Amino acid sequence: MTDTIRAKVTPPTTDREFTVEARSRGRVVFSRFARNRTALIGSITLIILVLFAFLGGLFWHAGINPDYKSFEPPSAQHPFGTDQLGRDMLALIIKGTQFSLLIAIVVALMVTVIGVTLGAIAGYVGGAVDSLINRLVELMLILPAIVIVGVMAIRFEGSWIMVAVFLGLTTWMTLTRVIRGMVLSLREKEFVEAAKALGASTMRIIFKHIVPNCADVIIVSATLLIAQAVLFEAALSFIGLGVRPPDTSLGLLINETQSYLPTANAWLFWITLLFIVLISLSVNFMGDGLRDALDPRANRVRA
Amino acid sequence: MARYVLRRLLVSVVLLLVASFVCFLLVQALGDPIAEWAAGQRQRNPNGADAAIAAAYQRAGLDTPLLTRYWTWLTGFVTGDWGTTVNPGQTPQEVQPKIMHSLWITIRLVLTAELLAIALGAVVGVISAVKRYSWFDYVLTAFTFLMFALPLFCIAVLLKIGGIQFNNVLQANGMDRWLVTAGYPPGGFTGSFGNQVYQYIGVYLLPTLCLMAISFALYSRYERASMLDVLGADYIRTAHAKGISSKRVIWKHAFRNALIPLVTVGSLSIGSAFAGAIITETVFGWQGMGYILVQNVNRKEPYMILAFMMVTAVFIILFNLIADIAYTLLDPRIRLD
Amino acid sequence: MAAEAELFSSGEQPSASGLALSVRDLSVEFPTEDGTVRAVRDISFDLHAGEVLAVVGESGSGKSVSSLALMGLLPKTAKITGSVKFGDAELIGMPEKQLRKVRGNGIAMIFQDPMTSLNPVYTVGWQLAEAYQAHHKVNRKQAWTRVLEVLETVGIPQPDRRAKQYPFEFSGGMRQRVMIAMAVINDPTIIIADEPTTALDVTVQAQVLDTLRQLRDETSAAIILITHDLGVVTGIADRVQVMYAGTMVETGTVHTVFTRARMPYTVGLLSSIPRADTVGTRLTPIKGAPPSLIKMPPGCPFSPRCPLTRADCQSAEPGLVTVDEIDHRARCWHWDEVAAADPRLLFAAAAATDIDDVLPDPEVDPELVIE
Repeated sequence: MTDTIRAKVTPPTTDREFTVEARSRGRVVFSRFARNRTALIGSITLIILVLFAFLGGLFWHAGINPDYKSFEPPSAQHPFGTDQLGRDMLALIIKGTQFSLLIAIVVALMVTVIGVTLGAIAGYVGGAVDSLINRLVELMLILPAIVIVGVMAIRFEGSWIMVAVFLGLTTWMTLTRVIRGMVLSLREKEFVEAAKALGASTMRIIFKHIVPNCADVIIVSATLLIAQAVLFEAALSFIGLGVRPPDTSLGLLINETQSYLPTANAWLFWITLLFIVLISLSVNFMGDGLRDALDPRANRVRA
Repeated sequence: MARYVLRRLLVSVVLLLVASFVCFLLVQALGDPIAEWAAGQRQRNPNGADAAIAAAYQRAGLDTPLLTRYWTWLTGFVTGDWGTTVNPGQTPQEVQPKIMHSLWITIRLVLTAELLAIALGAVVGVISAVKRYSWFDYVLTAFTFLMFALPLFCIAVLLKIGGIQFNNVLQANGMDRWLVTAGYPPGGFTGSFGNQVYQYIGVYLLPTLCLMAISFALYSRYERASMLDVLGADYIRTAHAKGISSKRVIWKHAFRNALIPLVTVGSLSIGSAFAGAIITETVFGWQGMGYILVQNVNRKEPYMILAFMMVTAVFIILFNLIADIAYTLLDPRIRLD
Repeated sequence: MAAEAELFSSGEQPSASGLALSVRDLSVEFPTEDGTVRAVRDISFDLHAGEVLAVVGESGSGKSVSSLALMGLLPKTAKITGSVKFGDAELIGMPEKQLRKVRGNGIAMIFQDPMTSLNPVYTVGWQLAEAYQAHHKVNRKQAWTRVLEVLETVGIPQPDRRAKQYPFEFSGGMRQRVMIAMAVINDPTIIIADEPTTALDVTVQAQVLDTLRQLRDETSAAIILITHDLGVVTGIADRVQVMYAGTMVETGTVHTVFTRARMPYTVGLLSSIPRADTVGTRLTPIKGAPPSLIKMPPGCPFSPRCPLTRADCQSAEPGLVTVDEIDHRARCWHWDEVAAADPRLLFAAAAATDIDDVLPDPEVDPELVIE
C-alpha cells in the first residue's frame, strides 16, 4: 500500500491530555465528610462522649454508692451534685452513659445483622422464601415492640443485655424492607449475571457481591439506629418498662430524677437529659454527614 | 379492588391468629400473676391457704395446660368475652370495657396527630425541597434535627412546662386556665357544642403537638428527600419544556410522585405512633392505653395485656390496608390483582 | 410586545429573512467543586425555516447543553452568555414568564430517554392535552380532539383508546412517538430532538426516524437533530454541525462535510464507522479521550489526539474559517493538508502502532478452538 499521506503524521501524545486527577472513592467520601462542619462536630462530640463513658470511671474518684450527703449542689467535689440517696451524679452519669451506649451498640449490631441477612435473602432468592420473610415482617410489625420489650424486661428483671436483645429483635423490620428493595433492583444488574456465570454460589453472590453495594445504606442506617436505640431505651425506662437496678442507664436515671422536676433539684433531671440529647444529636449529625458524603447525587453546586 | 381487600383481610386474620399465639406465649413468659399473692397467703394462713389459692387459679383460668388455656381465651376473645383481671387482691374487672374506654381516648389522639403530621409534613417537605438551601430549608432542617435528637418524653415534659406557664399567664390576666396538663377529664366533655370543642382542644392540644412533633419531622424529611429525587427526574424536565408554570410542575407533576414513598413510611410508623402515644399519655397523666399497659404489665395481668396487644394489632393492620389502598390510588402502576 | 405575542403562536414564519434561529457566541459555564466546567464555548450558527440541522458529537461535547440553554432548561447555577435570537426576540436573559410562552410552543423539545420522559401517574392523553392547553385557551373537549389528531399524525393506532392509557402501557418506540406528538401539538417553529433514537432498538429507530422525516415534509418547522449516530444524519439532515470539547469544529451541508471533511476530528469520526467495503479489516478509532472541560489544553483541544498536530496547533486555538466553499467552515489550522490526505489512512497509521501487541502469537497453541 503506497503511502499517499504527504503530511507528517505524529502518533497522539497522551501526556498532553489535561485531565482532572481521579480520586479514589474513599478519599472523595472522606473529604466530603470532613468538609461538613456539623458532621465533624458530631463525630468529635461522640468520640468525647465515648471516652467519657468508658474511661471516665478510671479518672473520677467517686463511685455510684450512696456515700455522700443527699442533694449536694454542684461543687468541685461533685460537679453534678448528688441525688436523693447521696450518690455522686457525675459517677451515675458516667455509668449510665456506658450502659446506654452499650445497649445502643448491641441493638444496632443485631438489627443490622438480622435486617441485612433477611432482607438480602428475601430480595435475592424471591419466591416462597421471600413470602415467608415478608409475613414474618408483617407479624413483627403488628406486635407492639414496646410491649414485647417491656414484658421481657420485667421477666428478666431489667437486665440491660436483655433489654438490648429484645429491642434488637423488635426493630429490624424497616431495615429488612429497605435492603430487600435495594437487592431487588441490584439483582437484575449485569455484575450479578457475571458472578453467576463464573459459578458463584447463591450465598456468595448475596454476601460478597450484592450486600457491599448496599454498604452506604447499611452504614447510615446503623449509625442512625444507635441514636434511635438510645432514645427508645430511655423512653422505655422512663415509663418503667426498661432497665432496672442493679443495671443502670440514662433512661433509668431519667426515671429516677423526674420526680425532682417541680423541686429545686430539677437540674439533676436536666443534666441527665442533656447527655441523652448530646449522644442523640452527635450520632444524628454524624449519620447525616455520612449519608451526604456517600450519596453521589448530593451535589451542592456553588450558587 | 374488592377482591384485593378480601384477600388482604384473610391474610390478616391468619396473621392475627399467629400473633395471638405469640402474644399468649409472651404473656406466659411474664410469669405467674398470682404467685406473689399466693406466697403472701401461705405465710399468713399456712393451713387453709391451699384451697383459696387453688380457687384463685381456677377463677383466673390459669389451672389448665397452656394450649387449653390458649384455646379457651381465643374462643372467648372472638366472641366478645375478653376475660377479667385475675389479681386476687381486688375484685375482678371486665377487660373489654376498660380497654375500649382507653382506646377511645387514645385513638383520637393518634389519628389527629398522624393525619396532621402527614399533611403538614408533606407540604413543608415540598417547600423545603423546592427552596433548597434557603432560610426556610435551614430552619426546617434544624428543627427536624432537634426533633430527632430529643426523646419524646423530653418534648412532652417541655410542652407540659410550657403549658403550665401559659396557663399562669392566662390566670394572671383574669382568665381561666385552659390547657390541661394533668389528666384526662374523667367525665368527658360537657356543655354546649362550642364549649365542648373548647375543652376538647384544651385537653388534646399539647399531647397532639407532642405526638406530632417527631412524626412531622420524619415526614417532612422524607418528603423533602423524595421531592428532590422526583425533581431530578426526566419527566419533570419534559413538563418544564412544555411551557407550563413552575407551580403546576411542582404541585401537579412532582408532588403526586413524591407522595408515594411517604405513604409507605407513614404506614410503617403507625406502630411507633402508638408507642409515642403511650409515652405522651404517661407524661400528661392520661389514663389511656399507655397507662393501662404499664399498670397491667407490672401486675402481670394476662388478659389485659393480651387484649391490649390484639387491639393494637388490629388497628395497625387496618391502617396498613388503608395505606395500601392509598398507594394504588396514587400510582397507577400498582395493580391490585 | 404585540409582535412578540404573535411570534410565540404556532407555526408563523418568525422573520423576513427566513431565519428561524440565530445564535451568536453562545457559551455555558458551570461552577463545580473541581473548577468551572466550560460546557459550551462560543457557538454561532443560523437555522433556517424548514431545514434539518444535525448536531453531531461525542458525549460531553456540549451538544445537549447548548440546546437546553436556549430553552432555558439548565439549572440556575449555569452561566449563559451570548445571544440566541428567535425571530426578533432575544432568548438569553428573557424573563421566565415570557420564556414559558416559547417553550413547548415556539420551540419544542424531544428528549432522549422515552422510558423516563413521561410522568408515570397521568395518562398519555392528559399529558398531551396539558401541553396544548398550556398555550391555547380551549376547553377539554377541544383539547382532546387535538390530542387524538396529533396521535394519529405520529402513527399511534387506536388513538382514542391509547390516549386513556398510562405510559407504562406503551412500548419504548410508542412512547417516543408520544413525545414527538407532544412536541408538535402546538405547531412549533423549531423542534429540537435530543438523541431521539439512542435509547431505542434499531428497528424502532427506523420507525421513529420515518416519523421525523414525515414531520419535516409536512410542516414548515425547522428541526435540530442532536445525535452521535452519523448514519441517522445522512438519512434526514440537510446540514450538519460537528461539535468537540464544547465548540463547533466543522459545519456545512451533509454532502459537503461527509465527502470533503476538512477537520481531522470529522475525518476520524467518519472513518471509524464500519462500512461495507471495510468488512474483514480492523476499525480505526480515534485514540485517546476528549479533554476535561475544566482544564483544557492550550491551543486546539483536539491536538492531543490529532495525527496532523503541529507546534502552532498546540499554542493557539484555530478559528472557524471558511474552507472550500461558502457555508462550509472548519476549525483547523491545516485544513488544506487534511484536504490532501487520504481520509482512510489518516488515523490508521496511528492506530497501527500497537496492533502487533494485540495479535495472537502464532507460536503458541490456542487454549480453545471452536469449529
